[in-house]
Amino acid sequence: MFSSLFDTTFSFNDLLFMLKGAGVTLMLTFWAVLGGTLLGVFFGVVRAISPWWVNAPLGAVLDVFRSIPLLIQLVVANSFKTIVGIHWSPFTVGCVVLALYMSAYCTEIVRSGFLAVPTTTRRAARSLGLTWRQDLTEIVFPIALRVALPSWIGLTLGVMKDTAMVWWIGVVELLRSSQVIVTRIQEPLFVLSIAGLIYFLMSFPIARLGARLEKRWREND
Amino acid sequence: MSIEIQDVHKAFGSLEVVKGVTMTVEKGEVVSVIGGSGSGKSTLLMCINGLEPINSGRILVDGTDVHGRGTDLNKLRRKIGIVFQQWNAFPHLTVLENVMLAPRKVLGKSKAEAEAIAVEKLERVGLAEKLKVYPSKLSGGQQQRMAIARALAMSPDYMLFDEVTSALDPQLVGEVLDTMRSLSAEGMTMIVVTHEIAFAREVSDRVAFFHKGRIHEIGPPAEVIGNPQQPETVDFLKSVL
Repeated sequence: MFSSLFDTTFSFNDLLFMLKGAGVTLMLTFWAVLGGTLLGVFFGVVRAISPWWVNAPLGAVLDVFRSIPLLIQLVVANSFKTIVGIHWSPFTVGCVVLALYMSAYCTEIVRSGFLAVPTTTRRAARSLGLTWRQDLTEIVFPIALRVALPSWIGLTLGVMKDTAMVWWIGVVELLRSSQVIVTRIQEPLFVLSIAGLIYFLMSFPIARLGARLEKRWREND
Repeated sequence: MSIEIQDVHKAFGSLEVVKGVTMTVEKGEVVSVIGGSGSGKSTLLMCINGLEPINSGRILVDGTDVHGRGTDLNKLRRKIGIVFQQWNAFPHLTVLENVMLAPRKVLGKSKAEAEAIAVEKLERVGLAEKLKVYPSKLSGGQQQRMAIARALAMSPDYMLFDEVTSALDPQLVGEVLDTMRSLSAEGMTMIVVTHEIAFAREVSDRVAFFHKGRIHEIGPPAEVIGNPQQPETVDFLKSVL
């Protein structure tokens, strides 16, 4: 045990430790993107179709999440949790804050995708006898999805990197675990390069998936 | 069986665009509506299938009050096909899927039934070769014919055409007019808002001249186009012919 504590070379265990951190990063990303997207789609549609007296206050609340640095939101939420006595783990707090943060951005992406569908196209759908709901599911959502996807992919990749900030409230994810190792072996360049590579390997499939979908859709447009 | 328009007024805010229009279109009749831009012709078409609400008056389609309380517009629209100036293809669907959508979702047809209908209508407008193609790969004239097939797939009793050739390149106008010509020959009831005066003269049973939200003259094409009585009609025809 002591030998490993004073060991100053990068070991296989260190790599495992980082991969475990990467797992936490992936889980944080998963929950944040899932929650953020569901909320974002809901709020985005609400913002696109509701009158100003719903739209304006909702927009203002979401603006708060977009304007305050994520780090501050995390620390405030973590303290708030203690004050009101909710027994959430730092991981849960991280997921919830990240999800709200993502939803604020996702709302605008969904809203602009929704509004990008020409009124005349929707009229044509309604003129065929499609109901309001069918117009949404058959026409508006598929078209809006194509408009919104590139921004959504960008947002998702951004959120994955932003998960690094949860180490401030005590969650050991990829960046934090790398830092722990750096502190011990004093090789920041080497360790952070590995961390960067792991981040890249996690982001790359998402970016590729987005590019593939975009290409397929563009061929049709 | 008719479309009855009774003293219809329609305003956008303080701007009244339809100022008391009354006319009846009988089943099997082709009525062309001509007139300058902003004369309220297109707006009237939108009112006929309830895409636009009206301020006063009544529009009856086969006796059903389009703007009446409790009227099921989605159901009523099945028998009124409309084709727009901008053809409004659904860009995410193939030509075939564009035409199949309403029969499937609105009429509840099976996929096979809807496909059979769509293929038949697309053949009819001369797009049998383009079934699997996406609309963006079609010319404007082809997209407009697809839009006609899409409306026909609902087997409507009435067809409304809203300046369907206005946004087309001149060389593509003919193919769309041919499609409409054959529809009228089959006895389809049609209201055609158009700037194609020669076409209106050829296919219409009656022509209505709209001016500033009112019908200034209505009657057989030989009278309204051939021998107009109102000075506004004369001026308009001079400007377009």
